[in-house]
Amino acid sequence: MSCWDIIQDYGLRSIGIGERLLPRDDFTVCKQVVLIGSGMLWNIYFGAIALVLGFFLAVATAVAKAGDNVILRKLANTFILFFRGSPLFIQFFFAYFAFLALKGVSPFFSPFSSAWLGALVVLFLNTAAYSAEIFYGALRSIPKGDIEAADAYGMRGWTRFRRITFPTMLRLAWPAYTNEAIFLFHATTLVFFSGFPAMRQNGDALYYANYFADKTFNPFVPYPILAGFFVLLTLTVIGIFGLVNRRLNKHMPQESRQKIRLRFNLIR
Amino acid sequence: MCSDPDTLAGLSWLWCYLTTGKHMSMYWAFGTVLLLLAITAPMALLFGFGGASAARSKFAPARWFGKTYIAVVRGVPDIAFFLFFVIALDQLFEYLRHQVKCPDWDRPIRQGNDFLVCPQAKLPLNNAPQWVHESYGFMLAVLTFSIVFGAFAANVIYGAMRSVPRGQMETAEAYGMTPRQSFWRILVPQMWVYALPGLSNLWMVLIKATPLLFLLGVEDIVYWARELGGQKTPRFTDYPHGDWRVWYFLALLIFYLCFTKVSEIVFARISARLSHGQATAAGEAQRKAA
Repeated sequence: MSCWDIIQDYGLRSIGIGERLLPRDDFTVCKQVVLIGSGMLWNIYFGAIALVLGFFLAVATAVAKAGDNVILRKLANTFILFFRGSPLFIQFFFAYFAFLALKGVSPFFSPFSSAWLGALVVLFLNTAAYSAEIFYGALRSIPKGDIEAADAYGMRGWTRFRRITFPTMLRLAWPAYTNEAIFLFHATTLVFFSGFPAMRQNGDALYYANYFADKTFNPFVPYPILAGFFVLLTLTVIGIFGLVNRRLNKHMPQESRQKIRLRFNLIR
Repeated sequence: MCSDPDTLAGLSWLWCYLTTGKHMSMYWAFGTVLLLLAITAPMALLFGFGGASAARSKFAPARWFGKTYIAVVRGVPDIAFFLFFVIALDQLFEYLRHQVKCPDWDRPIRQGNDFLVCPQAKLPLNNAPQWVHESYGFMLAVLTFSIVFGAFAANVIYGAMRSVPRGQMETAEAYGMTPRQSFWRILVPQMWVYALPGLSNLWMVLIKATPLLFLLGVEDIVYWARELGGQKTPRFTDYPHGDWRVWYFLALLIFYLCFTKVSEIVFARISARLSHGQATAAGEAQRKAA
């Protein structure tokens, strides 16, 4: 069986297209690369959607936390404390069993007990909380002069937010937000190890890497493959976020532009 | 009073339920988590110190080793490292013991999908008691955590060493201290205030990584929460109940929330103490407030 056949059989295995059974013997490097790569589809799905949806909730939460309304501020603080103060791993477990219990109450919740929706909800809330803290920090470091200038032009409320506060906040927060995005993609590997079942063995990249390590009892092949895929994903994320960063900093003089400094020292 | 649970109700039932032998094992598992933290934190600090010293060494291979160690561990999902190191370390130890104990073994160690060393080199030995197996697993977990968090700590300490004002080191040189002396007497005592924010962040991260023990095959609190929370029928237990796992995990969530909150308060205190009299923004703010 050539490698091309393997790609056709297993390339989309993780989303249920192609060969039904996982390979049971003859674990060639090609098979491992293809299956782990196919599992990356899940990591990208979880990461990308949670990131895009989480962005909006994060901005809303950050604005609430920095705002004057006491109730909204308390709510935002509690939300951020809850998701940043507890391990994501436990959050996954808790959410899974909570959704299972709710499923008995109403059939509306039954899709939530499968990974594609349930885990996505947890990741969405989790990244929203982490990003909200980043955006809040950025909101507090907006130069006073910018706001004063906006006031001087007679801008108020929504106009001021849309034209001045939001773009500046985004520009200041972007380097930290890039790191958050990278960690979110790393965190997606936890999904299938935390209660959420991998239906018909359709799992993510780490799920397959773990499968191969268990079967071959040789961790030195699948995990470096996984690492390679994640390095590629990380570089892609950096590339895309770098483009946005360039656009956000377009109006700034060269030397005061925000550089993206990569800091890989965070786990959830 | 707990001898006949069927007659109990309300709080007394709950009290008896929460003090069964299995629940006691679960409370011990909290001890396991604390023990892991207590061993891992200093070990990681040590690994980090070693890694950071290696990364700024004058000896090129040591520098390469230090920098690679920091870079590689940080770039890949940590959980992949946990899963990798547990098997890899186990095989490494068995391989080394195999080389020492059975030098005239002629069969290959990797046979297809098996990793076979001679019986004397097995870790733990096949006839070892249960507790040896458990503590060996725990030891592997501690070592894995230390390696991964050592790299994070190395990054923090490396940064802190570079933040100590250059003038301090120049003064030490002017006093005729050798590089070794100025490292231990000037650099190391001063770097902590710069390292503290990073290290406190790391401690939070370490707390939140402890549930991953479950993935390494240790019977930790996640294991017991799943075990005890699952549905129990009257046939097998005196305390039948439905699926309570959601409550057990809620309890774990609250445990971790309290733990991180308390740590935050403690670190705020230490940071205030360390900043006292330092030429940093925080120290300056303290001086103005006083």
